[in-house]
Amino acid sequence: MAILDAGIAGAVRQMEAVPPDWPGNPWWHWLVFTVAIIVFVLVMVIIVIYVERRAIGWFAARLGPNRTGPFGVLQAIADAIKVLLKENITPASADKIVYWLAPAVVFAPVIMTFAVVPFQDGALLADLNVGLIFVVALGSISTIGVFMAGWSSGNKYSMLGAMRMVAAVVSYEIPVILALAGVVMLTGSLSLNDIVIAQERVPFIVLQPLGFLLLFIGGCAEINRSPFDLMEADSELTAGFHTEYSGMKFAMFYLGEYGEALVMSTLIATVFLGGWQGPVLPPWLWLIVKIIAVFFVMVWTRSTLPRVRIDQLMALAWKFLFPLALVNLFVLALETLAWPEALPLYIIPVNLAVTGVLILLGSRLYKLGWGRVEV
Amino acid sequence: MELRTEPFVLNIGPVHPSTHGVFRMRATLDGEVVLDLEPVFGYLHRGVEKLAEERTWSGVIPLTDRLDYVASMTNNLAYVLAVEKLAGIAIPERAEYLRVIMSELQRIAAHLVSVGSFLNDCGAYFTPFLYMYRERENIVDLFDMVCGQRLLYNYMRIGGVSQDVPEEFVPALRLIIPRLRSRIEEYEWLLKENEILLARTKGVGILPRELAVNIGASGPVLRGSGVKWDIRKADPYSIYDRFEFDIPTGEVGDCYDRYRVRAEEMKQSLRIVAQAVEQLPEGPVRADVPHLIRPPVGEAYGHIEAPTGEVGFYVVSDGSIAPYRCHIRAPSLMNLTALKDMMVGWKMQDLIVIFGSFAITMGEVDR
Repeated sequence: MAILDAGIAGAVRQMEAVPPDWPGNPWWHWLVFTVAIIVFVLVMVIIVIYVERRAIGWFAARLGPNRTGPFGVLQAIADAIKVLLKENITPASADKIVYWLAPAVVFAPVIMTFAVVPFQDGALLADLNVGLIFVVALGSISTIGVFMAGWSSGNKYSMLGAMRMVAAVVSYEIPVILALAGVVMLTGSLSLNDIVIAQERVPFIVLQPLGFLLLFIGGCAEINRSPFDLMEADSELTAGFHTEYSGMKFAMFYLGEYGEALVMSTLIATVFLGGWQGPVLPPWLWLIVKIIAVFFVMVWTRSTLPRVRIDQLMALAWKFLFPLALVNLFVLALETLAWPEALPLYIIPVNLAVTGVLILLGSRLYKLGWGRVEV
Repeated sequence: MELRTEPFVLNIGPVHPSTHGVFRMRATLDGEVVLDLEPVFGYLHRGVEKLAEERTWSGVIPLTDRLDYVASMTNNLAYVLAVEKLAGIAIPERAEYLRVIMSELQRIAAHLVSVGSFLNDCGAYFTPFLYMYRERENIVDLFDMVCGQRLLYNYMRIGGVSQDVPEEFVPALRLIIPRLRSRIEEYEWLLKENEILLARTKGVGILPRELAVNIGASGPVLRGSGVKWDIRKADPYSIYDRFEFDIPTGEVGDCYDRYRVRAEEMKQSLRIVAQAVEQLPEGPVRADVPHLIRPPVGEAYGHIEAPTGEVGFYVVSDGSIAPYRCHIRAPSLMNLTALKDMMVGWKMQDLIVIFGSFAITMGEVDR
């Protein structure tokens, strides 16, 4: 992390004269940030895997990995080495090209997403003015990879998992995007850097509590975290879409899966929790702390809640999250119309009340489907 | 353009995380919806009934351990009750109490496993499962103290139990009862009203009352369907008529009711254990029965309320040192006959939940 810090800090110092917008940066800007992002993603994936396994262990009244290295921190590395030494098996009935391509299609978008994530004011690879759309678009590409894997494996379990994944992502994109639209409305910009700067006064989670919840729930469903982990549903589909994968290709899926969780945590931390903003600690550390905090809540829900059924998953998206997101957006639009410059802070309790009332109303008007819901 | 879809066959098992052993279901699915289901039994067949004919009467007891291996104590009890009925053996008071204590503790342990694995089937990632195992550990430790075994106890004997409990057993048991009670209530607090659990189990996999009776279901599966039938009350064996306890029943017979019945039964079993440990008399624990017992020519049927349902042993004696015939009534197998009726029309995910709500043990189904 020290190297990373020096790299970012150096880059930022050099760039003070030139705003970090594309084009106009020195050529090594790309190099430094490409390397930094790849290192960041890989190291963070190892960290989140460690956090997940230890935390789930503690939640389940056991220890979790604690043998490899101090406190078991090297367990993920040991697993990676083990997995790399395993044989790569391609099923006879597999569609070879698609089967080989799928892991890369799942993992590549994860690294690409971090191109627009600011680690500090201006410390990012490319300050795209459509950053948020870029992130959302890349999130959907992973789905194609998952579907490729499920379809090409020639395994019915994989296919079921992949079909569920596509259905879930198509539905949950909508509340996620509507929740993000609220933030865009507050900021007036799609650039993640601008969004973080706009949270200097107060993070958007207090101005937009409902938006945060929608993004968190929708995000969990989109990246298939429990209770929406239907695509790999270990108790039903054994391993879902990657049942047939082994060796390095399996490792790519594993990385991709945690990478997606990392992307979603980063998105939530950046958009709703103020990204790198924070006192005392260096900005990049603040970002990491917030990412891990968000991820920890995901681990928490995973270790506590049972899994929903596919029709209930759909019903939740279309009957609960979608109307709530629309109403939330409408309320926010009215507020922005009333105070076009910046929302006054006394709107916070109002928004909290709106959130509470909407959730109560929503849960009254809608039952999660006690019994059959046809899809 | 009209897209044509066709149903496909999905083999669930014999090796699958949620089949509780080696069970196989050939499910015909239309997308996610189950159109047809064919259970395939027999992957764990060991010929226990035939093996029993080659053993001495007391040598069969270890075989019964291996039927429902999460509830060995109750299997032991069912067999020795049948043999005692056949040979007309009266057993000492203390042994009766020990048998009741052990079977009720076994019921709690088995229900903990059932509920834990059921929640695992619902998709709760191992947390409830391991919590339940943590509580089960208390009971297993007690059994370890009593008979030196942690899974296959082989504790009951024809005419009593194999040995008296050690001195530290009763204080340890007294310590565990309130702990288990508070823990079970704590888990209920988490699970009883859990929205996702309700959504997954309420109204899912309904076993109608008539069907439950017709297929000969027993245990929590039958009681979940609202039939108040418990052998401990209906045909009291051992000394169950001396204790005060209720029979919890469900209302509609869905997966939630079966889960609730198990959860309530754990509390009732704790009540029985608490009463039994207070009344536990001193004295011998084994009647004077020869090791090579030769029951008179005849037949007898001994049945008890095991955690999975009515475990029955039908034994026939030709006056020799080995049973002439030893038929086992396995509740798991009887309960499973309703599988297809309950699963057709539900989704693939429900199939796993419904199957989990039976809480079968394959060792008992295939024997």
